[in-house]
Amino acid sequence: MLIFDQVGKRYPDVGDVLHEVSFHLQRGEMAFLTGHSGAGKSTILKLIAIMEYCSRGHILLEGKNLNRAQERHIPYIRRKLGLIFQDYKLLHDRTVFDNIALPLVICGYGHQEIARRVRAALDKVGLLGKEKKYPLSLSAGEQQRVGIARAVVNKPALILADEPTGSLDPELAAEVMHLFEQFQQVGVTVLIATHDIGLIRRMGHRVLKLDHGRLIVS
Amino acid sequence: MMSDDKRFQNRAKLKKDKPKPSLPHTKKAGGNFNDKFRAYLALHAHALFFSLGRLLKTPFTSVMTIVVLAIALASASGFYLLLQNAEQLTGNLEVSNQISLFLKPTVDDLTGRKLADKIQQNPEVKEVKLITKEQALAEFRDFSGFGEAIKNLDENPLPTVVQVLPKNALEETEDVQKLVAELAHLPEVDIAQIDMQWVRRLQSMLELAHSGMVILNFVFGFAILFIMGNTIRLELEGRRDEVLIAKLVGATYAFIQRPFLYTGFWLGFFAGSMAWVMVTAVMLILKNPIERLSGLYEGAYQVTFLGFLESISLLSIAAALGILGAWIVLHYQLRQIKPD
Repeated sequence: MLIFDQVGKRYPDVGDVLHEVSFHLQRGEMAFLTGHSGAGKSTILKLIAIMEYCSRGHILLEGKNLNRAQERHIPYIRRKLGLIFQDYKLLHDRTVFDNIALPLVICGYGHQEIARRVRAALDKVGLLGKEKKYPLSLSAGEQQRVGIARAVVNKPALILADEPTGSLDPELAAEVMHLFEQFQQVGVTVLIATHDIGLIRRMGHRVLKLDHGRLIVS
Repeated sequence: MMSDDKRFQNRAKLKKDKPKPSLPHTKKAGGNFNDKFRAYLALHAHALFFSLGRLLKTPFTSVMTIVVLAIALASASGFYLLLQNAEQLTGNLEVSNQISLFLKPTVDDLTGRKLADKIQQNPEVKEVKLITKEQALAEFRDFSGFGEAIKNLDENPLPTVVQVLPKNALEETEDVQKLVAELAHLPEVDIAQIDMQWVRRLQSMLELAHSGMVILNFVFGFAILFIMGNTIRLELEGRRDEVLIAKLVGATYAFIQRPFLYTGFWLGFFAGSMAWVMVTAVMLILKNPIERLSGLYEGAYQVTFLGFLESISLLSIAAALGILGAWIVLHYQLRQIKPD
């Protein structure tokens, strides 16, 4: 599903932030990407979402080499991903429904199909009935769940979450993590960057630990 | 409706059945062509009204931009219309190379007659006509409106005139100029002139003004492109987050561009409409004075307004410039917006 092969990333001003990182994520696997801040967690997620290109090595997503992805193909590769952010990245001038519908609108689905899928996603994250609300009128936990609904509405093969519980209290964080487990159980691959060690231990999934850009536990 | 849980389960089952599962997300959206086409049209309709809604949300900014664009468009089309009117003014006049020879006051009609006969012998000359002092006075009395004043004159102050029509009556050539010079040297002749030369001069001036207008309109066109580009750039800056998020969830450039291009379209369209109103209003204000002036010169001059095709052109060009200006900026700026 996802293969990192000797991947290195160097920024001109900062130097190397990733050193020869290699791992293989199976289809339907759930893994935590952890390490101190600045260890390279976000960089790995950015490389997968092709927000950046790696400087060395290869990244294969479903057998396709992301290094060779042409600019016009990037949108279609991203549609296979469900991205979740610590700051949710919701549009505050659109309703919950419109926020979640965005990936479907982009893919050109019809009205009815969009409405059906958005409601299914809302149901999944437990926000049914809040679709007409605006993001800012929701709590932090609810906003993150809107973000998650938007990430899964297009049924991605791989969910990438960057510190999804970073601004949530422990109880909400556990709830959100449980949500990810549910997606994994139906066959979605999930990769979560987090430094919430306690939560990771309790959940007992695979852990990829980064230290100064090197993968030390895989 | 199938619950999402069930669908996810079905999908998982599907995977177990097949060794190499093809994931549902790789399917193209919509299914058949008809649905896709309808969804595509819906996207356009959405972008069209969405961008209009955006403009209405910030009415002050929008109106300011539209007024600036409209002034540029109105200047361009106003200048065009001015020329149209001026060309209409000279277009009605038939241009010929008829030469008038005003004879010296001492020369009487009989000498004039002899002179006319002599000129008729010239191979360059097609036709000669004599206007005697008496005829000239009669004509002047009838048409000038100074009839009463002329009655009080002791003697006829008008000269005898010989009108000469050269062989090549329509083209202005060196031959005609030479003929004029030749005739001017005759001892009886006081002044020799080509009657319609002023028309030719005016026409050349209008031709020059026409070229000037073309250049000026290009300049205005560029100005509109730049104003439009800057407006769209600001709009893009204000909606950075939206663009970024759309990019991250897999939007193509075409999708992101669409509402901005429609914004360009609306700005151009509204500016074009406003320019049309401005030009038409100015022409309406000028219509009466011009026609009154024309009436004083016994002319039946009709003021020209922007015609149907010209109005359509104005709107189309304005909208096209709007879209083009937006497109140029998007082409360069959209790629600059990247996640930090």
